[in-house]
Amino acid sequence: MMHNPLLRKFLLVLTFFYGLSVFGNSVEVSSEEKGKDLKTEIDEYIQHHLKDSHDFSLFSYTDEAGEIHHVGLPLPIILWDNGLVVFSSSKFHHGEELVTVGDNTYKLYHGKIYKTDSEGTITYDEKHHATNDKPLDFSMTKSVVMIIITGLIMFFLFRGLARSYRTNGGIAKGAGRFFEPIILYIRDDIAIATIGEKKYQKYMPFLLTIFFFIWFLNMFGLTPLGVNVTGNIAITTALAILTFLITNLSATKTYWKHLVDPLGHSMPWYAKIPLYIILIPIELLGLFIKPFSLLIRLYANMQAGHIVIMSLIGLMFIFKNWIGSSLSFGLAFAISLIEILVAVLQAYIFTMLSALYFGFASEEHDHEEAPLV
Amino acid sequence: MTIPRIVGAGLIVIGVGVGIGRIGGQAMEAIARQPEAYGKIQTAMLIVAALIEGIGFAALFATAEN
Repeated sequence: MMHNPLLRKFLLVLTFFYGLSVFGNSVEVSSEEKGKDLKTEIDEYIQHHLKDSHDFSLFSYTDEAGEIHHVGLPLPIILWDNGLVVFSSSKFHHGEELVTVGDNTYKLYHGKIYKTDSEGTITYDEKHHATNDKPLDFSMTKSVVMIIITGLIMFFLFRGLARSYRTNGGIAKGAGRFFEPIILYIRDDIAIATIGEKKYQKYMPFLLTIFFFIWFLNMFGLTPLGVNVTGNIAITTALAILTFLITNLSATKTYWKHLVDPLGHSMPWYAKIPLYIILIPIELLGLFIKPFSLLIRLYANMQAGHIVIMSLIGLMFIFKNWIGSSLSFGLAFAISLIEILVAVLQAYIFTMLSALYFGFASEEHDHEEAPLV
Repeated sequence: MTIPRIVGAGLIVIGVGVGIGRIGGQAMEAIARQPEAYGKIQTAMLIVAALIEGIGFAALFATAEN
């Protein structure tokens, strides 16, 4: 198995990130800043982790002179502000310094970039939300980088699998041996079971892509790399919009007929009117509720899992004794194991429900109801 | 407003727990009666549990502050 160069590279990258970030997380929580108690600091750390950010911050430490150093990878910042503005996020020094490009000054404030005057003043409304102008932010954030990495991993992994069928006489090689049964499971037990023999092939690329995309990103979220991509509502919304579009654009005539005329020939038209006043709005709302529940389910599950694990890790630093800390370590370990299951389960449920909706949309009118009247 | 929110969140978790627990229990019974239908029962169980979970999360968001 280790003879596969691709797999070896993949494992190398994983171990590299894993090693770096274990170190990163533990140092950052335990470093106490002046004037903040531990609980608020842990709270802020969790809030920071759940959000997207403009750099990979691995850890920070205080040296002997009392200065705080941050260690991490900067990412490019791309702004559209009456023209393209590009600079490295390291110029912000984690929000401590302003960046001046031409006539404009930018400030990184709570993970968002604002336009300020030359002193960096932030104005607030009564709810303590910043009211400064925001330039259009197209930056490569942490989530964008992880999506690109996952995309590349998937591309090379599955291209390698497809190629090994051709070169190896129809038998998968290496990592493909692990993924082949999963792909077959999605084909046989999800796609064929819900969409049917005739039409499932059209939807297979989307179902496979969405399953592995969500699964891989969920698993990356569990590494201490500090990425929370599927726990970001913008990304789950994008995935759900794709399902919504595919469902409705590939829908058959029967599907729309069932939507606006659910009872069909089973009733005379004058009996249908009072029923349809209630039924049709519900059916139309259902069109939007289906993808909405998809996006909320994935987002909330991943968000909740991250909060629970991070809180349990934070408890270790609050207890500061042998019994409490080791208990919360054990709990964090157990929850992490459950989260591995949840990572697969959420990918499976997203795929399964998408396939179900596609199945509804592509149903054929093969059963003609006998008219009663 | 904090205490009603917390109580509401607790009630949601109780409701979702009872719901998913019943689905799991009934699925176990069904599998015990018809072990050969294991796969189909499990799939249906997961889908229904996911639907309840989705509603539960939506309600939890409604109780969340901000």
